[in-house]
Amino acid sequence: MINTTNTSEITPSKPALKIQGLTVSYGDKTAIFSVDANFPTASMSAIIGPNGAGKSTLLKAVIGVQPILAGQVHIFDNPIKNNLQKIAYVPQRVSVDWDFPTNVIDVVQMGLYRQGGLLGRMKGEQTSIAMDCLDRVGMADMWQQQIGQLSGGQQQRVFLARALAQDAEIYLLDEPFSGVDAATERAIIDVLKSLKSKNKSIIAVHHDLATVRDYFDYVLMINIKNIAEGLIDETFTNENLQSTYGGKLELTHAEELSAPRDRPTK
Amino acid sequence: MNTFVQAMLFQAGYNVALVTVGAILLGIAAGSAGTFLFLRKRALVSDAIAHATLPGIGVAFIIMIWLGGDGRSILGLLCGSAITALIGLFIIEWIPRRTRLPEDAAIGSVLGVFFGAGIVLLTVIQTMSSGRQAGLESFLLGSTAGMLFQDAIVIAIGGFFSILGIWIARRPLTIVSFDKDYAISVGYDVRQIDLLMMGLVLGVTVIGMKLVGLILIVAMLIIPAVTARFWSNRTDEVVVIAGFLGGLSGYIGAVLSASAPSLPTGPIIVMIAIVLFVLSLFLAPNSGVFSTFIERRKTKSNIHRRQGLLTIAKGENVVSSFTRKLLANEGLSRSDGLTDKGKKLVTKILIDENRWIAAKEVYPDKDMNINYGIKLIEETLTKEELLKVDQYIKSHKFKSITYD
Repeated sequence: MINTTNTSEITPSKPALKIQGLTVSYGDKTAIFSVDANFPTASMSAIIGPNGAGKSTLLKAVIGVQPILAGQVHIFDNPIKNNLQKIAYVPQRVSVDWDFPTNVIDVVQMGLYRQGGLLGRMKGEQTSIAMDCLDRVGMADMWQQQIGQLSGGQQQRVFLARALAQDAEIYLLDEPFSGVDAATERAIIDVLKSLKSKNKSIIAVHHDLATVRDYFDYVLMINIKNIAEGLIDETFTNENLQSTYGGKLELTHAEELSAPRDRPTK
Repeated sequence: MNTFVQAMLFQAGYNVALVTVGAILLGIAAGSAGTFLFLRKRALVSDAIAHATLPGIGVAFIIMIWLGGDGRSILGLLCGSAITALIGLFIIEWIPRRTRLPEDAAIGSVLGVFFGAGIVLLTVIQTMSSGRQAGLESFLLGSTAGMLFQDAIVIAIGGFFSILGIWIARRPLTIVSFDKDYAISVGYDVRQIDLLMMGLVLGVTVIGMKLVGLILIVAMLIIPAVTARFWSNRTDEVVVIAGFLGGLSGYIGAVLSASAPSLPTGPIIVMIAIVLFVLSLFLAPNSGVFSTFIERRKTKSNIHRRQGLLTIAKGENVVSSFTRKLLANEGLSRSDGLTDKGKKLVTKILIDENRWIAAKEVYPDKDMNINYGIKLIEETLTKEELLKVDQYIKSHKFKSITYD
């Protein structure tokens, strides 16, 4: 299942998303301080760190939800300001009110609003794009469901389908596997891998250290500040995990996680 | 009663017809604009800005008197009220962003301070020689007695532009209400869209002041939207239904108060809206109190029937007295065991039970716990899926459960 990625092709020298000196604070509490990152093109990158390390804040600062105090964000070497259409953001599932009066297909079509213009009804073509995106996440037969009736995993798939509808270059996902069933996790990772094979760049906040090696090929480790960044094999090490998580991570556990696996994972 | 019918048919005189048309238009505009206010969870903000219109009315009146007018020009008063309401809105937006005060404190402060200032100004105007006849206090609770043709025109034009604005901006308004962060990520300016929404609400408030009054206008914005939510699960439909319910409340309320002139129009319209709300709360299909109650009872009976029959088929005793009564009442069991009807049903349930178990193995990725034990599997799976499940059951890989 896992793509045996030729890691030499993924070069941090050509970043999809470049972050320099990004600082964000909530009042007088610093959420992230002077974070740098160079997420490579056409790869799957994980942002990891303990709770409160500023992982979600980093994504929110990139897309402009969270005002930044200092720093710059570039997409393919252009300022992000007028290039937001190259980014698709998948927020945390819990961030919205699922009792909102809307159904699955309407949510996915939100991903097309910026292409559809202000006036006029959704054209048939746009409906078929939305259906196609639902099909890719295995939700096509639920297109008419009220969103409040969906399970957690289904909600996450709908959010992913909405991002797919945007047909972006870079996909930013905030804890896409949090609280979803195993089938959904597999479905999502398949979609993300197929995006990567089309040279799209995926950047996800990730909390399950056990799957970092299976899913991702690049990692940014932060805890308010940069701890380490680079290809998984070189960066996802015991030492870096220790300095990212401090005492919160059992030493034996860290060694187990960071040890490269001999046998191929499924 | 005669007046009532006449008023219903717009035949009860020029003024009543004006008021009725105005109330309908206002109801439609308020209902549809209020839907987004409700979905964006901003109902209280609109209450505060409605109260913040009062000092504007007073100041506008005084300025118009100073300039030598009679101070009662509706456009002048509305402009004044809109200006102080806007100031109130900006303060509500500014306080939580720049100070440590939360939004609810900002809303409360603006409401109190502006309304207090407005009452003081109105009292001052009462003592002015030219102010006695102004009737500005009618803006508090609305009044139809002095409704002029130009007032109706103001409501018609204002209402038209509010509805047009809502229609043009329905997508940004929907996306910002549903998922603000996502809206920002696709490039919407949420502050501008929020300002547009509050602008529409402000417009409705200002044109509705004369008829419903500034204290109750928030009810016209919110109640139809909340009511409409019972009848639809889609934003576009909720907007339209809320507009319809608002218009209906305006119509019935205006007609009622025309046939009983001692009743104040604004509060009557609001009471009608509340009646529609209560009716929907209880009677709406799917989400109403009654249908939820009936649905829950049905589900409970289905589960007890299934469990009870399976227990008896296994030769065990049914413990629950509810189950025993249910099975006896439905003629499925007697004291000595299952009736023929009960036996037939057990056979059917066993087939269904086996299908559910098999379906979980055939479709491990599907959430097969939805409706399990509550509805038959035919209602959950498609025909093709069911065919696959049945084939799996016939194969030797699957061991069916049977009771004799």
